[in-house]
Parts: sequence; structure tokens; C-alpha cells
Amino acid sequence: MADQDTFTPFQYVPMPDGPPVRKKRDMPDGLWMRCGECETMLYRKVVAENLEVCPECGWHFRVGAAKRIRQLSDPDTFEELFDDIAPDDPLAFKWCGQTYAQRLRDEQDKTQSTDAVITGISYIKGRRVALGVMNGDFLMGSMASVVGEKITLLIEHATDERVPLVIVGTSGGARMHEGALSLMQMGKTSAALARYDEVGGLFISLLADPTTGGTTASFAMLGDIIIAEPNALIGFAGQRVIANTIKTELPAGFQRAEFLLDHGFIDRIVPRHELRSEIARLIDYCKA
Amino acid sequence: MPPGLNGSQNGDSEYLLEFEKPLAANRRHIVELEADQTGTGRDHSGEIRNLRAQYLAQLKKTYSNLSAWQTVQVARHPRRPLAGDYIERIVKDFVELHGDRTFGDDGAIRCGLGRISTEKVAIIAQHKGRDTNEKIKCNFGCAHPEGYRKALRVMKLAEKFSLPIVTLIDTPGAYPGVDSEERGVAEAIAVNLREMSRLRTPIACLVIGEGGSGGALGIGVGDRVAVLEHAYYSVISPEGCAAILWKTGEKAPEAAEAMKITSRYLKELGIIDEVVAEPLGGAHRNVAEAAANVERYFVRAIRDLRRFNLDDLLQHRYERWRKMGKVIKLQPATQVENA
Repeated sequence: MADQDTFTPFQYVPMPDGPPVRKKRDMPDGLWMRCGECETMLYRKVVAENLEVCPECGWHFRVGAAKRIRQLSDPDTFEELFDDIAPDDPLAFKWCGQTYAQRLRDEQDKTQSTDAVITGISYIKGRRVALGVMNGDFLMGSMASVVGEKITLLIEHATDERVPLVIVGTSGGARMHEGALSLMQMGKTSAALARYDEVGGLFISLLADPTTGGTTASFAMLGDIIIAEPNALIGFAGQRVIANTIKTELPAGFQRAEFLLDHGFIDRIVPRHELRSEIARLIDYCKA
Repeated sequence: MPPGLNGSQNGDSEYLLEFEKPLAANRRHIVELEADQTGTGRDHSGEIRNLRAQYLAQLKKTYSNLSAWQTVQVARHPRRPLAGDYIERIVKDFVELHGDRTFGDDGAIRCGLGRISTEKVAIIAQHKGRDTNEKIKCNFGCAHPEGYRKALRVMKLAEKFSLPIVTLIDTPGAYPGVDSEERGVAEAIAVNLREMSRLRTPIACLVIGEGGSGGALGIGVGDRVAVLEHAYYSVISPEGCAAILWKTGEKAPEAAEAMKITSRYLKELGIIDEVVAEPLGGAHRNVAEAAANVERYFVRAIRDLRRFNLDDLLQHRYERWRKMGKVIKLQPATQVENA
């Protein structure tokens, strides 16, 4: 390091070769789709019936919040709570001719949701749970005031009702557009989890692709039991930032679920098909 | 020496920030006249007095209205007092405690016991390092997971022996490295957030320079949180935000402005409880005065928090953090419109 005195991490240095960029895994529209991993052409309906997992190679596609709730819950049991909490624009945030206020409206139109999390009460194989699912489709599932507030309300609800808590993290981290208010949601949700912990509540944190930044560094990593879907990206710092800081290539499989399992930070990797039975079993073991 | 002129004997003109450059000529003039007065015995005292008054007025004007980006420059000023400087000045009989008892001893977070005024406290401090060697030892103030775990270990010690905790926050962020991720930096920060929220002892936090995201918050959950006047607290570095939203790090000044990271806004947004004043022209221009202000803040906070019984203290702490954020509660009618 030649310029140690002036070194500051996180400075953006464009990389000529760029870090390894992942292939886009989002589901394209249309009747047919190609698996980004094994490149097989797949009939969308078959993929949907297979819980958005590639029937050929087992690749787990990303799932939006509404679909995730349907996949996890017993049919027609999910009852949404706190859907009256909507985002504000506390900083009147603007960038590059765009405004946060307008962006929120666009994301709301796109996802039919007020912000990046859906919370409620549900049943998983007959077990009543407080269920929160972050929506990666809404501004990359980022956490700002609404996500923090709804997650906290859900934790408090689970604390009062003494029900197990399941939160699915699918999040790019804290949302920049609400500045430090987003950051403080990490403290707020974690404080609520401390109280939930004190009444003996069971928190199962499910990490789906991707769970990063301030979401990981708060409630997502505070599960009594932490499970992840195969190959989910889970980490704190972004890969580009790390690559720019250490100026070398990142190891293969870095920040993937398997990497976290190897390093002792998650309990299990559970394929999507087994999530319901696995969660139900864990609840049975931890509850009288 | 009048405030604002300290440091000129160190020939620190090279450390003048870009926006301070207009002050340089005036100051050079004062130094020249002073030298002439000493050398030749000619009396310039009237002129020097005038120039000093002008200089101070200029300094005051500049510093009373810093932009967000200028604030970031001051917060990162190479002469800005670091945690070590404050510890040296306000903590008596500091006993440093090392290591997380698991992996190692992180130089980026210094922990220990000591006295501030008459109060026995535990100190948790992010230290960036002054010279190159020290900076490397402290990793430029970017902690690894073991730093957060050491901090929690010492905070639990404080809880056990009923010592209030003071934290000095100054970091660009937790270290973004492969080893940091391997050892679970996210988990380490998350656990600190949860545990700090329920430690049964008073906690007073102060951002003295850079409040860099989760890396800052990892020792920042307290009963009282304050920032120094020209410090900043942000969800992401201005450079990082600019790189993502503006697609170029060069727009960091715009990003800093947009994210409202300065003390005044942080107070308005309810993120911090108070702004601790800095000497005219920034803490680096009068470290003793800055340290005195910091000491006053901590002593007042500790004595204030000591009045509560621990159950009430924890209830207030929970409520303090519970109200963070700004949301709209929709009326049923609006809900339909939005859906």
C-alpha cells in the first residue's frame, strides 16, 4: 500500500476488469424461461409448481414476498398485519433528476405493496407463526423506516402473543434514501428482538438470496436458529466494495450460504421444498 | 493565543482544507507582521488586532454554515482529535483492556476502564491512528468482528460492576474485507445492537468524527447519543452512495447533502439527542476546548442517567430507539387508493 496515509476504505474506485458480476437470476416474463445456472429452457408453469426452483439443476430462483408467503403458509391462512404503515420522504431525497417520492410511487405500483416487507400471522403446517417477508422486488428489499417499523411491530406482536417468529430476509441492506433513519432501524429491530428473547420467544431467521448490509447486521443474524436457502448471497459489505478495498480477487463461493455454513454463522442450509417441514419441526422442538 | 490561531506555529498551512484557503492569506499576513514586530521591534499591534478580528470573523462565517461535504472534510481532517486524544485529556488512570478472548485484539476499537471527572466508567473508543504506523495498527479505524466482540466483552464487564459505559465513535465503517466477513462482522454488529439495548448500566455515546454506518452503530446503541458539531453520521459513506445512485464517486458532495448527515439534521430527525459544540473552526483548532466539551457532555449524561433505576433506564432506552424512523399511518380510505 503506497498511499497508506490517504487510504480511506469505501472510496469508489472503478475497476477496469470489474468484480465477477453474477448472471441475472430474475425471472423473465413469458411462457418459457431459461435457467441462469444450467441454461435449460424451462416451462414457467413447471418452475412455479416447483416453488421457483429449477427442476433440472435445483437452482433457487428469487421469489417475491407475496409468492414466498404462499409457499411457506398453509393455504389461505396468512392474515396481513400493519399494512397501514406507509413510507414518507423525510429527507426530501433527490438524485440525478429523480426523487425518492416518485420512486416510491413507482415501486408501489410495480409491487402493489407500500414498502419492502409484508408482515402478518400465518400457519406453517398448522403451527401459528408471526411471519415477516422482505420483498426484494421493492427497491432491492432495502430497509428504511417502514421495514424497520413493521418488523418491530411484528416482533412486539410475537412477544405479546407468545408465537414463534419467522422472518425471511431478502434485502440489499439499509436504504440510502432515508439516510441515518434507515441505519437506526437496525438498532430498533434488534432492541425489539432482545425483548422477544427475554420472554422466551423462538426466532427463526430464514436467509434468502440476497441478504446483505444492515439487514444482515441486525435482525437477520439474530435468529435463535438461522437457516439459509442454497447458494443465497449473505454478507455485510458489498462484493464490489470488498474487491476495491483489498485489491484482489474474491475467493470462489464468497458470501454464499455454503461459505457461511463453513465458517459457522448459519445453522443449516435448507432447500426450498423442505422449508415448511423443517420450520415446523424446529418449532416443535423449541416449543412445549 | 486567540482561538482559531492555534496550530499556526506548526506550519499547518498544508492542512488547510480547500474551502479554508481564502483564510490563508490573512493568516500569513498576521504571522509576517508578528515576525517583523519581534524582529525589528516595530509596533504592528493595532494592525494585527484588526487582522485577527477579521480572520476570526471570516472563520466564524465559514464554519457557521458548512455544507455537508465540507463537514465530511472537517470530520476527516488529518489534525482532527482522535479518540486517543480525548482519552488522554479527559480519562484519568485509563486501564486499557485487550482482546475478545476468542480471536484477537483489534486496534481499531480501544476499550478500558478509567475515570471521567469523578465518575468511574468503561470506555469503548474507535481510534483511527495518527501517524502511518499507528494507522496501520488501528486499521484506519475500521474494526474487524473481534473489535465489536471485544467491545461487548468489556461492556458486559461494565454491566457486572455497575460502571456506566461511554463510547467514542469514529470510523469510516467496519472493515470490508474477506477475513472480516469470514469471522462474521454482520453477526458481531447485530449481537452488539441487541445486547447494548439491554445492558443494565447507563450508556452514553458520542460521534467524534465519522459515524460510518453499521460499523459506527455497532458501539452506538445507548441511552444518550450525541455528535460533535462537525462530525457526521451516515447510513453509507457519501462516496459509496454517490457510486450507487449517481454512478460515480465524484458526486460524493451531492450524496452527502442529500443524505442529511450533519449534526443539525441528525438532531432535527431525532436521531441524536444533542449536538456537542466544537471550538471555532473545528475541534482540531483547539483540542483542549473540544475535550472539555466532550467531558462535560459525558459527565452530564452519566449523572443524569444515574438517577434512573435500571428498569426505568432500560424502558427509556427502548422507547428512545423504538421511535426511530418516520412513517405514515394510512387511513383506511387512503389505503384503497394506494393499493
